[in-house]
Amino acid sequence: MSRTIPGTGLLKGLAVTIKHLGQRPVTQMYPHERPDLAPRTRGVIALMDENCTVCMLCSRECPDWCIYIDSHKESVPSATEGGRSRTRNVLDRFAIDFSLCMYCGICVEVCPFDALWWSPEFEYAEYSIDGLLHEMGRLREWADTVPAPPMLDVGADAPAEVVDAIAKSDKALLAASAPAVGAGAAGAAAGAAGAGALGPRLGLGPRRRSPRSTSRAARSTRRPTTR
Amino acid sequence: MSDLDVREQLLQGTAPGEGLAIELVGDGDLVTADMSLSIGPAHPATHGVFRVVFEMDGERILRAKPVIGYMHRGFEKLAEYRDYRQIMALVNRHDWLSGFSNELGVALAVEQMLEMEVPERAQWIRMLMAEWNRILNHLMFIGSFALELGAITPMFYAFREREDIQHLMESATGGRLHFTYNQVGGVKIDLPRGFLAESARVSKLTRSRMPDYDDLVLGNEIFRGRTVDIGPLPTDVALSLGVTGPALHATGLAEDSRVTEPYLKYGDIDVEVPVGRNGDAYDRFAVLLGRIRVSLDIIDQIHDHMTSGPVNQKLPKMVKAPEGATYVRTENPLGQLGYWLESDGGRTPWRLKMRTPSFSNVQAIPYLVQGQLLPDAISILGSVFFVVGDIDR
Amino acid sequence: MTTVIAPVATLLPVFAPAESLLDTGGTVVSLLLKIAFITVMFLVVPLVGGYLEHKGMARLQNRRGPVEAGPAGSLQLVADGIKFIQKEDIIPGAADRKVFAMAPAIGLVATLLSFAVIPLAPGLFALDLELGLFYVLAISSVGVLGIMMAGWASANKFSLIGGLRAAAQLIAYELPLILVAVAVALQAGTLSLVGIVEAQQSSELFGTGISMWYVFPQALGFGIFFLAALAELSRPPFDMPIGDSELVFGYITEYSGIKFAMFLLTEYAGMILMSGLTVVLFLGGWQPLPGLDLPDGALGVLLGAGVTLGKIMLLVFVMIWVRVAYPRLREDQLQRISWTVLVPLSLVNLAVVAVGKVVAG
Repeated sequence: MSRTIPGTGLLKGLAVTIKHLGQRPVTQMYPHERPDLAPRTRGVIALMDENCTVCMLCSRECPDWCIYIDSHKESVPSATEGGRSRTRNVLDRFAIDFSLCMYCGICVEVCPFDALWWSPEFEYAEYSIDGLLHEMGRLREWADTVPAPPMLDVGADAPAEVVDAIAKSDKALLAASAPAVGAGAAGAAAGAAGAGALGPRLGLGPRRRSPRSTSRAARSTRRPTTR
Repeated sequence: MSDLDVREQLLQGTAPGEGLAIELVGDGDLVTADMSLSIGPAHPATHGVFRVVFEMDGERILRAKPVIGYMHRGFEKLAEYRDYRQIMALVNRHDWLSGFSNELGVALAVEQMLEMEVPERAQWIRMLMAEWNRILNHLMFIGSFALELGAITPMFYAFREREDIQHLMESATGGRLHFTYNQVGGVKIDLPRGFLAESARVSKLTRSRMPDYDDLVLGNEIFRGRTVDIGPLPTDVALSLGVTGPALHATGLAEDSRVTEPYLKYGDIDVEVPVGRNGDAYDRFAVLLGRIRVSLDIIDQIHDHMTSGPVNQKLPKMVKAPEGATYVRTENPLGQLGYWLESDGGRTPWRLKMRTPSFSNVQAIPYLVQGQLLPDAISILGSVFFVVGDIDR
Repeated sequence: MTTVIAPVATLLPVFAPAESLLDTGGTVVSLLLKIAFITVMFLVVPLVGGYLEHKGMARLQNRRGPVEAGPAGSLQLVADGIKFIQKEDIIPGAADRKVFAMAPAIGLVATLLSFAVIPLAPGLFALDLELGLFYVLAISSVGVLGIMMAGWASANKFSLIGGLRAAAQLIAYELPLILVAVAVALQAGTLSLVGIVEAQQSSELFGTGISMWYVFPQALGFGIFFLAALAELSRPPFDMPIGDSELVFGYITEYSGIKFAMFLLTEYAGMILMSGLTVVLFLGGWQPLPGLDLPDGALGVLLGAGVTLGKIMLLVFVMIWVRVAYPRLREDQLQRISWTVLVPLSLVNLAVVAVGKVVAG
C-alpha cells in the first residue's frame, strides 16, 4: 500500500459521488412501469385444470402441504358395445394457499401432465391472509399469464421429449413414404403439428414474453387431446 | 481475585466469558457501576435478530456476550423429515444470501453417497452460479459494512450491482434469493439462450464498477481511520475459534477449499485467494473486495471452459441415499460450509448436521471487541461477516 | 466568550442599525411582517433544503428520490409533516415527562430566534442588531441544551450516550467556530451581520482595488467555519450523536410523532441557518459577484434575496454531498481534529487577520 497525499481519498469519494449525479437513475418506476421479469420467474402458480388427473403427486410432494385437492370418481360408459365402463377422477377442488407456499416449485416440477405452471405475475397481495388461498377459478385465471418458456442455451442437450418427438415423426415419415406420397405428406404434417404442440413447453417457443392473447392461443395448442 | 484483576484479565482476553452480573469498577470516590448495553436483538448494527450484550465502562467495552438463537428454526430437524428434493428448497434459506452455495453442499453430499457422476456441463453451470451468488453475498456485506460506519452510498451502489446479477440469475433459476436450482445429479434445467452472453456482459459491467468501491470506501481516510488496526485477529486465534472465509483470509492464511480441496471443476481453473496482513477490520473488508474480483475472474474462465451436453440425469422416482455417512465441505461466501449427512437408506436423511460459517465466525466477537470503544465494536461487528439465519439455523 | 468580544466591541464606532424594509406601516403591521419573514425562513426555506437533500442524495446515489407526493415529489416533506402530526405521541414510561416534552422545543426556539438577524437582501431582515454575530452564535448554542435534555429525559442508554456525545461535540466545535467568526468581525470592523455584508462589498484585496469577499483572504477560516458548522449541526460525517448504526438514533431514539418532526425541522433549519451565516460572513451575502452591486429598488431586493438563497442552497448541497461521500468519524477522532487541528489553525487565522488589519490600515 503506497503512501498517498492525505486528503486524496476524501477527494476521490467526492468525485465518485458527483460522477453519479449526471447518470440516469437506476430506479424502476414500479407501479407506473412494469418490471421486466424473466419467463422462468417464480411468481405465482397457475393451474390448467383440464390437464389435472388428480394424481395427488403435487399435494404429496409439497414441503408445506399447502395444496388442497378434492375429487370424486365418475364412471365413463364404454365407447364400444359390451366393453367395460371406466372410472375417471373428476377434480372438485384445487386450491393453493400462498400464505404457506415457499415457492420451491416442486409441484410444478413433479406434475406429470403439465397441469401446473409458473407465471411471473406477482401482484396478488391481500389485506387479509384468507385472500391468499387461491381456489381453482383464480388459479385457472393465472394460466392466461403463463409466458412461453425461453429457448435453451445453444450448448444444451435437446430435451428428451423433443428427441422422442423427432424420432416419432421420422418414423411416421419413413412409414408413410413407402406406400404413397399423399399419405406421407399427411404424416409429416401430423409430426410437425406434434412438435408445434410440444414447442412452447420444451424451449422452442419465442423468447419474448407473449402478450395475453397469444399466450391463450399458445395454450390452446398445448392442450393435450384427451377426449 | 479483585474486580480489577478480573477486568485486567478480560481486557487481555484470557478470562472465560462469565455471567452478566453488574460489577463495580474503580476505586475510592470513583466507584461506578458498569453499564450493560444490549445491542440487539433489534438494533440496526446487527442486521437481523442477533444480540450482543456489552458490559461497558463509559464507551469502552469490558466484555461482550453474543446471545444467539432468536431465529432458531430447527433446520437440522426439519431436514430429517424432508426428502432430498425438498431439502434443496430448505437449505437455501438458512444463509439466505448464499442460497445456491447451500444447495450445492447438499447436492454434493448426496451425490457423493450415491457415487454419482455429475455431467460436466452441470458442474460448470453450478460453478458459474456459485460464483455469481458469492458476488451477490459480498456486495451485500460491502454495502452493510460501510453503512455501519455511517457511509450510506456504497449500499445503494452495491444494490444496483446486485439487481443486475439477481436479474441474471433469475432468468436461469427463476428465483432471486432462493434459487432452488440444484438437484441431485445436476441442475434442474439448462440455461436459457443468451444467458452466457448476458453473464459476460454483467461480469464486465460489475468489474467496471469495482473501482468506485475502492475510491469511495477503501481509499477513504475516514474509513481507514475507523478500520485500520481495529479488531486484529491473529491466525492461531482465528483457527482455534473456527473462523473461516474472508475473516480467516484477512489474517493472512489462504485456506479456501476451492483451492486446498477442490470440488466441482475448481481444480481445472486458477483460483486466487486474496489475503490480508493482520486480520483487522480493514483487511477483512479489503479481502471481501478482492474476492469479488477473483470471482469475476473465475466467471470469465468458466465462460471459456463451458462445455455442451446434458445438465442432469434421469433419477429414480425417489432419490434414496444409501446407508452410511459423509461430510462435504464447500467454500461458501462467508466461509466453510460443511454438511454431515447420515442416511439409513431411507428417503430422508437420518441426520443432517450443518457446520455453518456464520456460527463459527461470531465466536470471535467476544475476543475481538474486548477493550474496544463502542463505535469500534460496531465496526468489528460489521466486519465479521455473518447472516443471522446462518448462525441460528 | 465575553472577554473575547468585549475589546473588539469597544473599537466599533457608534452603531446605527440599518433600515429594515419590514419596518413599514404601524407597529402591528411591521410586527406581522417580521413574524412572516421569520416563519418563511424557518418553515419554508428548510423544506426546500430538505427537498434538495432528498433529491440530491438520491441522484448522487443513482436513485430518483421522492416522486409521488406533488410534482417530482416536491411535497414529500409536507406529506411527512402531516403524517407526523397524525402519529401517536409516545412517551416512555420511565421518561422524565416534562423535560422530555420540553427538549424538542428548546432546540427549535433557539434556531427560530437566530433567524431574526440573518439578512437576505438589502433591507430584507427582521432585525439588525449591533451584536448580531454574537447573538446568533450565543442563541444557536442554546440548542444543545435541548439535545442534552432529550438524551437524559428519554431514560434510554442510547439516548444518554447520544446526548453526551452531542454536548462534547458542541464544546469542541464552538471554539473554532467563534474564533473564526471573531476574525471576520475583526476584518469587517462590525458585529452586525448587515454591516459585515456591506463591509465585504467595499473591501478590497490589500489595496489592489480588486473587490473581494472574505472567503479569499480567509479561505482557511472559511474551511474551518464550514467544518465546525457541520460538526455543530451533527451532520455526517460528524453525526455521532445520532449515529444510527451505533446508537439507533441517539437522543431522538425515543421520540415519535410531532416531537420527532420538531427535531427534524430543527435539523433542516439549522442547516439553513449555518449556511446563511457562512454566506453572510464569507460569501458576500446578497452580492452576486465580488464587485458587482445590486440594482436599487424592489428589483434589487428580490434579486438579492434570490442570490442569498441560491448561495445557501449551494452550501446545503455541499453538506449533502459530504454526507453521501463519507463514513462517520469516531468521537475521539472528532475531538482530536478539533483540539489539535482546528483550534490552533483558527488562532493562526485570527492572528494573521489581526496583523493584516493593522498593516492595511
